[in-house]
Amino acid sequence: MIHLTSPFTEAQIRSLKVGDAVELSGVVFTGRDAVHTYLHDGGALPPGVSLKNGIIYHCGPVVLKGDDGQWKVVAAGPTTSAREEPYQGQIIKDFGLRGVIGKGGMGERTLQACREYGCVYFHAIGGAAQVLAECITRVRNVYFLKEFGSPEAIWEFEVAKFPVVVTIDAHGNSLHREVLNASREKLARLAG
Amino acid sequence: MILHFMTDTLRASLIELIRRTSAEIPDDVQKVLLESLEQEKKGTIAESALKIIQQNIELAKKKSQPICQDTGTVLFYVDAPAGFDQIAFQETTRDAVTAATKLGYLRQNSVNSLTGVNDGTNVGEGAPVFHFHQHRSPEVRVRLILKGGGCENVGVQYSLPIEKLKANRNLDGCRRVLLEAVVEAQGKGCGPGVLGVCIGGDRPTGYEFSKRQLLRKLDDRNPIPELDRLEQDLLHTSNELGIGPMGFGGKTTLLGVKIGALNRVPASFFVSVSYMCWAFRRQGVVLNAEGKIENWLY
Repeated sequence: MIHLTSPFTEAQIRSLKVGDAVELSGVVFTGRDAVHTYLHDGGALPPGVSLKNGIIYHCGPVVLKGDDGQWKVVAAGPTTSAREEPYQGQIIKDFGLRGVIGKGGMGERTLQACREYGCVYFHAIGGAAQVLAECITRVRNVYFLKEFGSPEAIWEFEVAKFPVVVTIDAHGNSLHREVLNASREKLARLAG
Repeated sequence: MILHFMTDTLRASLIELIRRTSAEIPDDVQKVLLESLEQEKKGTIAESALKIIQQNIELAKKKSQPICQDTGTVLFYVDAPAGFDQIAFQETTRDAVTAATKLGYLRQNSVNSLTGVNDGTNVGEGAPVFHFHQHRSPEVRVRLILKGGGCENVGVQYSLPIEKLKANRNLDGCRRVLLEAVVEAQGKGCGPGVLGVCIGGDRPTGYEFSKRQLLRKLDDRNPIPELDRLEQDLLHTSNELGIGPMGFGGKTTLLGVKIGALNRVPASFFVSVSYMCWAFRRQGVVLNAEGKIENWLY
């Protein structure tokens, strides 16, 4: 198991390989469909949010406000990343991301951006909203809550030992491409 | 008598149905997930994915919190006798859905498609979804499926024949497009998943009937022999494809396949697929005359 704490250096990220199990600690920002379209179309990050050398997490959490006024994360697993494929490469380039957390994998443009700018795709376990919420130790802030609604807002989380697997590395390798090609070949044999 | 449900009692029963559906995996699904964990090769990322899934199931139940943050489309299937007041039932259910959202059993998950506004209630045009069915029994049965968007997005409908898949208008053609659907889905629908399938029908009926197959328990067997054979074959063959949990590679690609068939018109031959993720949230209750939960169905 590899342990990494954000912010990351390019060298740390480039040392990772497809199949590596990693535990992440530090700050992550959530961002999903609305945030990706907004940033891709030239929107500015709100003051206080920096993605440089950091992570964006494809996640629309369930967060409740307690009686003490503190946010409490009730459930927070990854959402399907494929929907951000049209935007992700550009956002990696423009904002200096070192990691993207999501599920289901991403395509060629993200893979190229990971290779070119030194970023990786961390696959979290889809649906594991409780295990992953336990790894969120603090909600530091929330941005665009009113504009985008709770699931689509940018949540700033502190995480500890958040479990992920590298499925796209910074060297042009993708577990998703490998498994797709292998399963296509098997299907051709099995279906006749 | 069943026409006089106590509104508060019914509301409380429905909130409890939503809570349990969101936080607890049904026994039949849990059993198959545990078996698949046994079968995966030790030390692989596929095994570790299934272990995290198991931890998650235990934690969600213990904390009474959503198994998955995407609490999905809220689908009610209601079987009731003639004379049952569907309008009153819908009103109370909508209240219960909003209350369950405030309690964190459901995410604020319903968005106006035109304005993009999410008012946080989970109630709106077409939300939640109701399917009412009248039956001869005096019993009122309410079943609930919470279906996440990731798996709903990998659902698909084929119109046969499809030449490039060598899929003709017969069971072999159905098999070919269904295996294609599994390969296309890869890990994107949060596998290992379950295929709900409808052969035939028109487009919307086919999709609806494919989703309805997900009400069946995973360990039941199809009473129609050729569909039973196709279900077993597809389950076995899909698990040979090596897609594995989350698409990480591995032995468990599907947990089950459930197929129904409807008549079609001569010109159409649809095969519709609803893919359900491993976080298979399905529960049901029988209600007594006051609207209290009498027993659980899964």
